[in-house]
Amino acid sequence: MSTTTSTAAPVGAGIPRAEAPATVPATTRLPFAKAINAGLRAALAAEPKVLLMGEDIGRLGGVFRVTDGLQADFGTTRVVDSPLAESGIVGTAIGLAMRGYRPVCEIQFDGFIFPAFDQITTQLAKMHYRSAGRLTLPVVIRVPFGGGIGAVEHHSESPEALFAHTAGLRVVSPSSPADAYVMIQEAIASPDPVLFFEPKSRYWEKGEVDTTAGPYGGVSTSSTGEAGSTGEAGSTGDGGLTGDAGSTGGRPVETDAATLNRAVVVRPGTDLTLVAYGPTVATALKVAATAAAEGTSIEVIDLRAISPLDSATVVASVQRTGRCVVVHEAPALYGVGAEIAARVTEQCFYRLEAPVQRVGGFHTPYPPAQLEHDYLPSLDRVLDAVDRALSF
Amino acid sequence: MTETINQPAVVRGADQDPGVVRLVDPEGRRTADPAWDGYRERVARLDGAALRGLYRDMVITRRFDDEATSLQRQGELALFAQAKGQEAAQIGSGRALAPRDFAFPSYREHGVALTRGLDLPEILHLFRAQEHGGWDPNEFNFHLYTLVIGSHALHATGYAMGVQRDGLVGTGDADKDMAVVAYFGDGATSQGDVSEALGFAAVNNAPVVFFCQNNQWAISVPTSTQSRVPIADRGPGFGVPSVRVDGNDVLACYAVTAEALERARGGGGPTLIEAITFRTGAHTTSDDPTRYRTREEEEYWEARDPIARLEALLRAEGGWDDAFASEVQAEAEALGVRVRDFVRGLRKPDPLTMFDHVYATEHAINAAERQWFSDYQASFESGEQR
Repeated sequence: MSTTTSTAAPVGAGIPRAEAPATVPATTRLPFAKAINAGLRAALAAEPKVLLMGEDIGRLGGVFRVTDGLQADFGTTRVVDSPLAESGIVGTAIGLAMRGYRPVCEIQFDGFIFPAFDQITTQLAKMHYRSAGRLTLPVVIRVPFGGGIGAVEHHSESPEALFAHTAGLRVVSPSSPADAYVMIQEAIASPDPVLFFEPKSRYWEKGEVDTTAGPYGGVSTSSTGEAGSTGEAGSTGDGGLTGDAGSTGGRPVETDAATLNRAVVVRPGTDLTLVAYGPTVATALKVAATAAAEGTSIEVIDLRAISPLDSATVVASVQRTGRCVVVHEAPALYGVGAEIAARVTEQCFYRLEAPVQRVGGFHTPYPPAQLEHDYLPSLDRVLDAVDRALSF
Repeated sequence: MTETINQPAVVRGADQDPGVVRLVDPEGRRTADPAWDGYRERVARLDGAALRGLYRDMVITRRFDDEATSLQRQGELALFAQAKGQEAAQIGSGRALAPRDFAFPSYREHGVALTRGLDLPEILHLFRAQEHGGWDPNEFNFHLYTLVIGSHALHATGYAMGVQRDGLVGTGDADKDMAVVAYFGDGATSQGDVSEALGFAAVNNAPVVFFCQNNQWAISVPTSTQSRVPIADRGPGFGVPSVRVDGNDVLACYAVTAEALERARGGGGPTLIEAITFRTGAHTTSDDPTRYRTREEEEYWEARDPIARLEALLRAEGGWDDAFASEVQAEAEALGVRVRDFVRGLRKPDPLTMFDHVYATEHAINAAERQWFSDYQASFESGEQR
């Protein structure tokens, strides 16, 4: 039962290397899933310690084809079809990280992450802490999440708050192909474990991607060409990925991890701040466009990071607009929106014109798909919340 | 007679089951069963000095154990998990490891810690509730204690998969190849992670040895509640060769571990070892074993004490002398004094250190909470009204 992994061939032998950094941004139009694929490819090419692990990610290329073609190009030792056991995938990734590797695990669907919940929360999240900083676990866990694709039970959930509640984890969710390309690289370069929630309903949406961006993409900045970030001023989330910080592997990374740590204003406005992340950013932009036609100016913020939460960017916006609505697919109860509402209330109390409104899933299990568009925050439900906020 | 399920075995311990590797019997006599000749050859290299070394290691481990238990009773430690009774399993297997091998302990592997070069008092950072760890795993190739039962079996397997990728298995250079060992107990074998680890290790042919100390009790629950078959029987179903060994026979534990490590390093894949032993102490200092086990059972195992067994062997073979014995006793006493001084010298950490090392790179929420708490504390120190 020997496998290719038991051969003594040096790691990285015969692997194509990244091209020399381009001086001119190479912008290309890619679907969301292909942008992640390109980011993974860049990391695999630049850093021999990067491994991909997961169910059906190799020969099949993943059930969403996010890892399509990577096993063919990087081999079965680096793009690993795992046994069907999520705890085993994350648990062995921890051991590999202790040995100096940078594993990127794919959990096939959001609802299947729970067998690995113990490894993620009791082991992965705490190892740096319990070792007093002596061990770092640069493990990325990619999770296609969210609903809207007509799937069966356990295939449409949004469990991100469960992980954001756990100290030691970084939790992020890109909303565009450009961000996804950079953020997956920053997540891999991070010495901290990162839960990387991919909005599966957006996998097929296309966008411009600067393929020279990101820590493995050939340039040192991680600007993504989105609307200018307001996260600079007053943000305490200046955490960079500079230096190795005791990292057990990987090259030094020259980036300030802007996309991984900072929210971004994706549409400026003056009357109300609409906060979203992942799959609901597109919804929020539609809401803003609709409201604009009615004369309401909505500022849309894409959080990008759920942990750390860039509350400074949100607070700075609400200080200007006086109103705030948060929208996510996850249940509103005890969710990210509740945390934002609390922080906005604490920090914008005298500026608030209305209570912070939350739009999210209900306190029900994710319903059968025929009902999911009643459950998910729709354009109308978000507009309704906007109207409520404006009615004060 | 009606059979009662999960009735604890008494009187006749599983160490007497056929097929259990034993090189020295409870009376300290070498066994002669030709089936174990291969293992016998491995211990034939151990001369008198080596045997005395194993004896010394076991006595030191027990002295540490007794001292830490006393310190907990005196209120100096929050908790302590005793290894008492399991010294042969830990020292025998631990001494079979090469320095380059990597061990993943559970939480009572104090004997293994000794063999890895860890200064035993360092373990007590954890049990004094000062730190969750206490040492640098990469300095000793000895991971931190893991309290979530069985989860480190997967870490060991993953680490071994990394060793494969590093090209340090089956190179033909015995000084280069390395293996990984995971220590866990009988209770852990009921955890899914241990089964997943056996599966991952088998299909990857990973260089990992699973060393199960079956000490008969998972707190209050007997091994018969964890498994209807001997724990070692689980290995073959995963494609992992398995062996049962008398866990109170330090030479047998050394031999079976040495063989399993050699196979792993050479590319032969994983092994499951079930060492049949007994914790003569409580599960931890918070436990009361009189509620679930009989004095009769304890006496059965006390008669199989691993340290007494090796002493009997040394005496029978002329490897014993009183000067050696008093030397070991003096070393043990000195350790006891050092453990006491060490523990009593440990001070409460600065509260702000609780914010350290949550993340390897700055995290805005962590940083903000640290700053808030620092200011909050300073407001008292400066005598200001809040």
